[in-house]
Amino acid sequence: MHSTHVLVCGGTGCHSSEGDKIRELLAEKVKEKGLDGHIKVILTGCFGLCESGPNIVIYPEGIFYSHVKLEDVNEIVEEHLQKGHVVKRLLFKESYVDGVIKPVNEINFYKKQTRVALRNCGLINPENIDEYIALDGYQALSKAVTEMTQQEVIDLVKTSNLRGRGGAGFPTGKKWETAFKYSADQKYVICNADEGDPGAFMDRSILEGDPHSVLEAMAICGYAIGANQGYVYVRAEYPIAVHRLEVAIEQAKEKGLLGKNIFGTDFNFDIELRLGAGAFVCGEGTALMESIEGKRGMPRVKIHRTSHKGLWGKPTIINNVETFANIPVIFQKGVDWFRSIGTKDSPGTKVFALGGKVKNTGLVEIPMGVTLRDIIFDIGGGIPNDKKFKAVQTGGPSGGCIPEKYLDISVDFESLAELGSIMGSGGMVVMDEDNCMVDIARFFLDFTVEESCGKCTPCREGTKRMLETLERITKGEGTLENIDTLESLSGTITIASLCGLGQTAANPVISTLKYFRDEYEAHVNEKRCPSGTCQSLLEYFITEKCIGCTKCARNCPVSCISGEIKERHVIDTEKCIKCGTCMEVCPAGAVIKK
Amino acid sequence: MEFQFDLEANKEKIKNFKIFIEKNKGKQGALMAVLHKAQDQFGYLPKEILNVISEELKIPLSEIYGVVTFYSRFSLIPKGENQISVCLGTACYVKGAQKILDKVEEELGITVGGTTPDRKFSISDTRCLGACGLAPVLVVNEDVYGRLKPEDVKEVLDKYR
Ligand SMILES: Cc1cc2nc3c(=O)[nH]c(=O)nc-3n(C[C@H](O)[C@H](O)[C@H](O)COP(=O)(O)O)c2cc1C
Ligand code: SF4
Ligand code: SF4
Ligand code: SF4
Ligand code: FES
Ligand code: FES
Repeated sequence: MHSTHVLVCGGTGCHSSEGDKIRELLAEKVKEKGLDGHIKVILTGCFGLCESGPNIVIYPEGIFYSHVKLEDVNEIVEEHLQKGHVVKRLLFKESYVDGVIKPVNEINFYKKQTRVALRNCGLINPENIDEYIALDGYQALSKAVTEMTQQEVIDLVKTSNLRGRGGAGFPTGKKWETAFKYSADQKYVICNADEGDPGAFMDRSILEGDPHSVLEAMAICGYAIGANQGYVYVRAEYPIAVHRLEVAIEQAKEKGLLGKNIFGTDFNFDIELRLGAGAFVCGEGTALMESIEGKRGMPRVKIHRTSHKGLWGKPTIINNVETFANIPVIFQKGVDWFRSIGTKDSPGTKVFALGGKVKNTGLVEIPMGVTLRDIIFDIGGGIPNDKKFKAVQTGGPSGGCIPEKYLDISVDFESLAELGSIMGSGGMVVMDEDNCMVDIARFFLDFTVEESCGKCTPCREGTKRMLETLERITKGEGTLENIDTLESLSGTITIASLCGLGQTAANPVISTLKYFRDEYEAHVNEKRCPSGTCQSLLEYFITEKCIGCTKCARNCPVSCISGEIKERHVIDTEKCIKCGTCMEVCPAGAVIKK
Repeated sequence: MEFQFDLEANKEKIKNFKIFIEKNKGKQGALMAVLHKAQDQFGYLPKEILNVISEELKIPLSEIYGVVTFYSRFSLIPKGENQISVCLGTACYVKGAQKILDKVEEELGITVGGTTPDRKFSISDTRCLGACGLAPVLVVNEDVYGRLKPEDVKEVLDKYR
């Protein structure tokens, strides 16, 4: 029996800082000391606190070590595992305050979270199906296929009121029912694991940390609607996720949990992987189907619902990874339990990828209805370097920027939409006073222009014109008229585009214009970028802090700095190319941007 | 710049590749899987290989080009021995990823999408590698480098030179 479990994070973040090597070395040392009988070392999925990785948690006490290095392994083994002395210098800073050691579940970052979709992430070894099964995995599937009718399965999902986590929040049970009621010789289930949203990685973490929960849910959906084939459409950019899915499918097949005659019934269900190839628009349901069919991933004109005519013209259910991850646990713990979390109209939780200018960047899962302030300041720990919060962007390129005065709104589908943003897939990027909102709008339009599939003119041409206009403004060549143009284009593109990409492309512009119009005006009227981001509008300036060391003058590539030794230097702003070298090399911090 | 595909040197690989196509031919929508495999095997999609695919799968070359050019992951020119991708996702962008990319371009003397003449390096930009917690992020082959500052770029590249 293993009484101590050492969990080493194997998520992408920690992996990149040698998490896997740390696990190997730990296991080796544990064996060397003859402790392997009662100490088990496991590589898990992401713990969520990627910022402080590589991370290790030791159970049963829940001791949380962060920023662990290979050199630290010996000490952890000899001090902690052998002698039972916690290695204080390696403790995560918030779990060791005023001489008191707090276990992992009592630190602020985790205290306000409720882990439903991420329930197994960071707890089990994703490459070992037995660990999933030990935590009641595949019980929901067993119950569904052996004890419930198709309608009963659908009713359960319907009454749970689970809403899709891939963006629009469409009720999952209702969608399944449509496909169930439509008769056809063949039906399909697709898991949308494309996650093209820049700044989001929750689907990746679920696939990497708990792939079986997704497979199990897909099979339940297959049973409910009467499909025998499932596809996971996953980004090729996620090699670890692809690998773990392959392993998981293999193991589930070996155990007879996928394949023919599941649980001795006549229900058959198989799952295959299909790799995406780097096109954001392929996350859109119909485009994704085109791509699986081996074509350019362009959205279809929707004459029919995909739950009637989807992949190869057959009824198809497409759900997001996180949506699926919620399903098995709803069967295990019941509808009432699920509905007791979150709000009435948005029950359950939502996973966010919290990034940008926030201290604890990482993955967080919160009950719906928690406020933005709670997420950013409590769980996220606030803004680093004593900077001021400016905005939070939710929903990626289809979403918007929310200013400080709305930080206390509840996070659910409706409240975010009211502010002109959306929940989207769950990217949440925090911006501080150094980020220029016009530049952020430009950044998203640049993304849209690159990713538009080109099928419809408003999206293809309109976004391009918007981008050019925004570029002109950030270069200081904009006029007030340009702002009007942006507004009218936004309206047209939103109503005249075929798919969600075009329909929402203007959102970042609309929301920044609404909440940060003064920044646009500063750019066009005063030719000034208030946050100091837009290069062309900046001037470098040497203050009286200058000690006259001449370093800047010697390094300036266009020799536009003059001054005597030990005297204050001056920049000829006419000639300056704004490369920033002087600021980088100045030992006295005398060069500023304004 | 022209890059020549060496048919003779790739004979063995082409043989294996044809076996892969044979196995997947019957699958619906096999083209994407075949293109992924080709890119894995040959590092890019030379026109000689696209011809093979066209013949074996009986899909017109024009249609194959249509698909290849639609997806950013497929490349018609060889990638460098070391493939650098700089993340320009939102989380990385707000933390200064553009400056990292500028620095990589400056160091290697090529721009995004390009390959150095000695084929040692190529640069691409990607949108979110799912490591946003470490933003800004750069990946060389499979190695992820996070929390980067422009001044760290040279040191990272030197490891692969
Ligand atoms: C341009 C575009 C990109 C999308 N990308 C994704 C994606 O990466 N992942 C995802 O699950 N849904 C994405 N969606 C939403 C899907 O079309 C679809 O609504 C969703 O997968 C349905 O699953 P759900 O009901 O479980 O949310 C995208 C939509 C659009 C318009
Ligand atoms: S709105 Fe844009 S992305 Fe969508 S189908 Fe039209 S052109 Fe393509
Ligand atoms: S920003 Fe560059 S060009 Fe301008 S003064 Fe400084 S070093 Fe010279
Ligand atoms: S490097 Fe800084 S301190 Fe030295 S001369 Fe230039 S501005 Fe003055
Ligand atoms: S990758 Fe380790 S905590 Fe997220
Ligand atoms: S935005 Fe760069 S890794 Fe996600």
